[in-house]
Amino acid sequence: MDKRKTCNIDPQVNWKNISPGGAITQSGSADLFKTGDWRTMIPVFKEDKCKQCLLCVPVCPDSSIPVVNKKRLDFDYDHCKGCGICAKACPFGAIDFIKDEKQEG
Amino acid sequence: MSNLTEIRWHGRGGQGAKTASLLLADAAFNTGNYVQGFPEYGPERMGAPITAYNRISSAPLRVHSNIYEPDFVVVVDETLLSTVDVTAGLKAEGAIIINTPKSVDEIKSKIRGYSGRMFTIDARKISEETLGRNFPNTPMLGAVVKVSGVMEEKAFLDAMEGSFKHKFATKPEVISGNMAALKEAMQEVAK
Amino acid sequence: MGIRDRLSGNEAIANAMKQINPDVMPAFPITPSTEIPQYFSQFVANGEVDTEFVTVESEHSAMSACIGSEAAGARTVTATSSAGLALMHEVLYVAASSRLPITLACVNRALTGPININADHGDSMGARDSGWIQIYSENNQEAYDNFIQAFRIGEHPDVQLPVMVCQDGFITSHGVENIELIETEKVKNFVGDYCPENYMLNPNETIAHGPYDSPVYYMEHKRQQLEAMKNAKEVILSVGKEFGEMSGRFYDFFEAYKLEDAEVAIVVLNSTAGTAKDVVDAMREEGKKVGLLKLRIFRPFPGEEIAQALKNVKAVAVMDRHEGFSTIGGPVFSEVRTVLYDLPNPPKTISYVYGLGGRDVRTIHIESIYNELLAVKDGKDQGEAYRYLGVRE
Repeated sequence: MDKRKTCNIDPQVNWKNISPGGAITQSGSADLFKTGDWRTMIPVFKEDKCKQCLLCVPVCPDSSIPVVNKKRLDFDYDHCKGCGICAKACPFGAIDFIKDEKQEG
Repeated sequence: MSNLTEIRWHGRGGQGAKTASLLLADAAFNTGNYVQGFPEYGPERMGAPITAYNRISSAPLRVHSNIYEPDFVVVVDETLLSTVDVTAGLKAEGAIIINTPKSVDEIKSKIRGYSGRMFTIDARKISEETLGRNFPNTPMLGAVVKVSGVMEEKAFLDAMEGSFKHKFATKPEVISGNMAALKEAMQEVAK
Repeated sequence: MGIRDRLSGNEAIANAMKQINPDVMPAFPITPSTEIPQYFSQFVANGEVDTEFVTVESEHSAMSACIGSEAAGARTVTATSSAGLALMHEVLYVAASSRLPITLACVNRALTGPININADHGDSMGARDSGWIQIYSENNQEAYDNFIQAFRIGEHPDVQLPVMVCQDGFITSHGVENIELIETEKVKNFVGDYCPENYMLNPNETIAHGPYDSPVYYMEHKRQQLEAMKNAKEVILSVGKEFGEMSGRFYDFFEAYKLEDAEVAIVVLNSTAGTAKDVVDAMREEGKKVGLLKLRIFRPFPGEEIAQALKNVKAVAVMDRHEGFSTIGGPVFSEVRTVLYDLPNPPKTISYVYGLGGRDVRTIHIESIYNELLAVKDGKDQGEAYRYLGVRE
């Protein structure tokens, strides 16, 4: 039984094709699991106040602050659970933390 | 029928009755037999009465119970005679061998209800003379082989010499003493 | 052929381990299996094996270390008994569900209480639902042979399950008997190298073990684990056959001893099976058609095969060295009776709980069971089907 062939976290997977022992043989597979809709509060990135100190990046428990060329971009709202740690960490008031008004439909 | 011989050892924790049963199993194995050597575990404490067993046969052994009707009983410590029913189930055509300086006539009164052969041997004296210390196992082993005839004597002595050479590879000076203890016991074991 | 020797059951297991030279052995000592890690740690100290011997502070830690080590890609062994297996209980399930083919030498001993150190199957019977393959051994020879086969069974790609090899505490673990060892080269060739498809120390791929399984996935995993246990049956047979071709000693799910034309039979496992064989021979000489089914594989349970083997007998006694407190018979009895139920003419069945806490089982006890079965066969009312053998009434 090759675990690589059967690494499958699709909720429709049957018992024959599910990963033996639940072992996960694919790196970064958490990317496939969207947790953004768990949010009740949402961080808002205010780029004009941001000094690109990047203190917010390592404290994010969900790796939801993408960094490209040493600069952070806007939040990855597919995975951000809205914990607010980044807003506490920001020394420049560049992250607002407000109630998340979910889009209907 | 196979020529099964069943032997029961009575001793006290720390005296080496278990070791003696394993030595006998070793010697019987080395002379081409199927063997079992096993202790009955009770309180693991110096001085507590312990029982050990041997089965020796020309055919493979399958029974895994204690021995209730032994052919031979070996008593390593004569003080057990007043507390343990050492002859329980002992076959009338078998024999009991007791480590004691006393003669059979002197000790007979303590073995009630057994009409078979009795032997005594002063294993302590033999051990102290040949080994310089009280290791009753070796003389008792010689005595039981002599009395039971479970092995041919020369084959037994050759096998034991091989075992001692292996066991005492780092102190060969004790080999001759052990061999002397065996031989003397085989001569001395008295009816 | 083979090396003639005399060893205790514990020495036999330690010797098999030495010949196999596993990568890792985490172990915590407990009577009567203590001698296994004791002897093995001497082999480690003497440089006779390359094994990493991990001293741990409990059996829970021993099995946890086994899991980490096996998941890392290392062939891993351990040994335990009684309360030690009970303390591993939680982690046994992790090993099995993570599909890690650890090999465990279980030296069967009673569970407390009252406190007791002697032979009893309460420990491994308590682990029967943990997902481990269970192999039982009549004597030191079988403990040795089964332990060698365990690696090929558990590590097979269609199986990937941990295996425990059981033998009776003291009776075989401390009893010295003749044994035929296999040359080390042959053992090594038979067992082969451990080459898992995926392992954590593989620098070329990532793997994570032990994630949370939500209700969406858990049941599929259990069903898949069941399939592995089913697959083990075919592997057990083929490994037993291949082992026989190498050693001359062939192994099946069970040994049917003079069962072919038997009118009554006993089902039993471990050392008592040897005692029963002597009784079968003696009673056969008196013309009594008695037979024995010595169960070797309890997990997976070879139900159909047992039913086929017992379909022509008129009365069966199933012996359990364990009290499961179901109040309807011991666990081996319950499973044997279950598989007999669908036979067109099932035999009468009687459960005998025996040998608890090291109570000695003699040939006269076994003979009394056969005589009872023969009487039932001849029309005597079966009476109480759930009995204690050798208990003082």
